[in-house]
Amino acid sequence: MKRQVTGLILLLVLVAFLVWGMHLTHPFGYPGASDMDDYMIENAQEETGSNNVVAAVLFDYRLLDTLGEATILFTAVMGVLLLVRASKRKENNS
Amino acid sequence: MLSKIVRTVTNGFMPIIIIFGLYIIAHGHLTPGGGFQGGAVVVSGVVMLLVAFNSQELKKSLRERVLSIMESSGALIFIGLAFAGIGTVFAYNLLVGSPIFGHIPPTGPNPGDIWTGGVIPLMNFAVGLKVIAGLSAVVLALALFSSGEEVEE
Repeated sequence: MKRQVTGLILLLVLVAFLVWGMHLTHPFGYPGASDMDDYMIENAQEETGSNNVVAAVLFDYRLLDTLGEATILFTAVMGVLLLVRASKRKENNS
Repeated sequence: MLSKIVRTVTNGFMPIIIIFGLYIIAHGHLTPGGGFQGGAVVVSGVVMLLVAFNSQELKKSLRERVLSIMESSGALIFIGLAFAGIGTVFAYNLLVGSPIFGHIPPTGPNPGDIWTGGVIPLMNFAVGLKVIAGLSAVVLALALFSSGEEVEE
């Protein structure tokens, strides 16, 4: 019972924090959905030198997000290899 | 191991699939595609090999340790290139206008030039290396595991 009350309080604090944080960001619908697109379509070729604007966004403007994506792939591969090897070793020991 | 017809067709198709995947990776900054997509194309060829031959045969030529080293070096190239522009800001495209991949294309639709894009082609290469090695290692490890074979350390 005590743990459930503690969890409920933590959940309420988290929800309040998230709602408060949502109000601190830009108002809904701003900047307009096409502002960023227009900027990138107009300037990507001279700023990054890449004809493919999607590649320019992936590997130049939003490279930090691509780094996260690559980290996810790396972690997934590492996890699969570790699990397969560990289960194999356990089978051999028993 | 499947029949000789399947193995022969697989052997014939494998170079074409690898060349197509490498083409998609190398032209990532000009045409649709890039490191992830081209890497997935090459890995589909590896899966075809895995179906045609069995995993024991494939284990002799595809070493898991080599694949791990390839994937880690791809990740290191990626992060190194991202940190190379730290003088301005993290992940700054410092090669635009330089002698290496430095041409700037005219704005608007144009045929394209492979010697453009700054760090973007190099990043595509790093991500392609990472995807090829990583997904091949996963597929090979799972196939060896499900067939009860010894997974090489």
